[in-house]
Amino acid sequence: MSRMLNLVQAINEALDLKLADDPRVVLLGEDIGKNGGVFRATDGLLEKYGEERVIDTPLAESAIIGTSIGMAVNGLIPVPEIQFLAFIFPALDQLFSHVARMRYRSQGQFPVPMTIRTPYGAGIHGPELHAESVESFFAHTPGLKVVVPSGPYDAKGLLISAIEDPDPVVFLEPTKLYRAFREEVSEGLYRVPIGKAKRVREGEDVSVFAWGSMLRTALKVAESLERERGFACDVIDLRTLYPLDRDAIVESVQKTGRAVVVHEAHKTAGLGAEIVSLINEEALLYLRAPVKRIAGFDVPVPFFALEDEYMPTEARIRAGIEETITF
Amino acid sequence: MLAEHDRAERLMEIAKAEGLYEEIHLLKEDGTLAGPVDDIPPEVMVAMYRHMVFSRAFDRKAIALQRQGRIGTYAPFEGQEAAQVASAMALAPEDFVFPSYRDHAATMVLGQSPAHVLLYWSGRVEGIRSPEGRHILPPSVPIATHVLHAVGAAWASRHRKENAVSIAYFGDGATSEGDFHEALNFAGVFHLPVIFFCQNNGYAISVPFSRQSASRTIAQRAIAYDIVGVRVDGNDAFAVYRAVKEARSRALHGLGPTLIEAVTFRMGAHTTADDPTRYRDQKAVVEDWRKRDPIVRLRLYLESQKLWSEADEAKLQDEVKRRVEAAVEEALAIAPPDMEMMFDHVYAEEPWHLAAEREEYRRTREGVSV
Ligand SMILES: Cc1ncc(C[n+]2csc(CCOP(=O)(O)OP(=O)(O)O)c2C)c(N)n1
Ligand SMILES: [Mg+2]
Repeated sequence: MSRMLNLVQAINEALDLKLADDPRVVLLGEDIGKNGGVFRATDGLLEKYGEERVIDTPLAESAIIGTSIGMAVNGLIPVPEIQFLAFIFPALDQLFSHVARMRYRSQGQFPVPMTIRTPYGAGIHGPELHAESVESFFAHTPGLKVVVPSGPYDAKGLLISAIEDPDPVVFLEPTKLYRAFREEVSEGLYRVPIGKAKRVREGEDVSVFAWGSMLRTALKVAESLERERGFACDVIDLRTLYPLDRDAIVESVQKTGRAVVVHEAHKTAGLGAEIVSLINEEALLYLRAPVKRIAGFDVPVPFFALEDEYMPTEARIRAGIEETITF
Repeated sequence: MLAEHDRAERLMEIAKAEGLYEEIHLLKEDGTLAGPVDDIPPEVMVAMYRHMVFSRAFDRKAIALQRQGRIGTYAPFEGQEAAQVASAMALAPEDFVFPSYRDHAATMVLGQSPAHVLLYWSGRVEGIRSPEGRHILPPSVPIATHVLHAVGAAWASRHRKENAVSIAYFGDGATSEGDFHEALNFAGVFHLPVIFFCQNNGYAISVPFSRQSASRTIAQRAIAYDIVGVRVDGNDAFAVYRAVKEARSRALHGLGPTLIEAVTFRMGAHTTADDPTRYRDQKAVVEDWRKRDPIVRLRLYLESQKLWSEADEAKLQDEVKRRVEAAVEEALAIAPPDMEMMFDHVYAEEPWHLAAEREEYRRTREGVSV
């Protein structure tokens, strides 16, 4: 059986199912209990599982992640929520110095299974620092896995996989997509594998790599390019940003000979650079045009009056793909 | 484990010893005084009242504008007018002010234009420029981070032998962050001229203070760092004003920092995106706190002293209405931003890659296909 759910409902369902399924799972974070989370991702879970498992914490991100480490090394599976991605910054010491390294330093004795959920990305016209997409910080940190769903079905399956993963996962939820659309989501527990990308549109002319909310924008452009100019894009939703699905990237580029990466994060040292390097290493001789990056500009994500122009627009994506195809 | 009542008793003993749980009151809810207020000039009292009435009208208007889709999400401060206005009035122009996102009643006293506040909540960075001749830093969105900035600015004031203090405005939730504790500790170690002004409005979004901390008060945190801690009725403009004046004067005399806990209440939602009925009995708490309204009691007092009349009130209401409308008109009349300004002020000098991105932006904006 499946029903139409939006992304935030799919997240809620994954959490609900894992809380029911595994007594070791605990949720903690700011405003996640009584309030059900500022986006309602944890709505109803406190009532259902009680205060010992769905924990409204004081306002301290370093403490949320730091205590999650202690829980994880002592038999629990914490799923901390950081209210918005930028508010993870006070916890970066815990994340980089401990979450990511505990398995390594203890030579496997103290793994830290935890899934850090956080809304991320621009597009909802929130206040300052509610629109960051700094996924490359985490993808630059060995020991972490980084996952970004682009729709409700994947969100549920990926979150379940993340919670069941023996390693820490940073799970980035595109705020712009929380309520943007609904799709069929199966009932019950199912998994979408971490580390596997997904082809969402088949084409021979150019590979387009995207994730999160940019996937949808890129898809729209791909559709109109096919309609209007007969260009066929091979659109790949990367879904896991660390470790990348090398095979999916290489296979697509070998087929098309052209590639474009679209992300809303800043261009410089963004994940696009990593993908371009991977293509260089694995598929350089297949290329018929330079690989293009279409990214957020190298400016702090501006206040929301300018936010839409900061993000790669359809016009910029379209221009970039056309330029790559007609190179 | 201590039984609950043993724990409570022990805490009360500590409290009595330090005198920190006592909330200081000067102006009671019925408009009478709890103690002499000779140190507060009548014209200051009247000015406070005028500012408070204006800020409340402004705040309500801002909520209405958000509802009409004319500005973005907004963080209302109704109920906190005395804490904000009276604390700001106790400052001097040379002081450094580090506000949070909810402190517009304070920053407007210090000269920030109401139109700019609306601009800020319309997603326009231009809205947070400090008024000329003041040092009001952009409001800090990451909770508690700016408390440390105030400590640093105070350090610099002393270094530069300036007769100025720094003040950080923050909430009860902020006192759980490490930055808050680090700030108190630094300021204590170096006896810095800084005022930590905490508006304990009862909630951090949905989390009540009782869940934020097992400490009964925020002021008592001062004990641990051996700095001065004061707990005042935050809806009592006189008590707040005096507490900040005294803190300022101690700071300038080399006596170091003060932590002020102003006990107040956020009457409305956390922001216009928040629904307080999910986590509290909104009707009941608002009714309860209405009795402690900071504006009502000040007016009662002023009237009792013949400092204020019906006619003054009518005139003020008129004026406030006009000023709020003028601010709205001014804000709405401001031309939409030139989108290219997102590239401005990233660095003092624009590096090559940004220049290239600016150029790319211009080309695609003009629809020039490449
Ligand atoms: C570091 C950080 N974590 C979380 C948030 C999200 N957030 C914004 S306001 C707020 C509550 C703040 O409560 P308090 O300090 O009491 O101030 P108030 O809003 O009541 O004025 C939270 C959790 C944030 N802005 N920064
Ligand atoms: Mg508060």
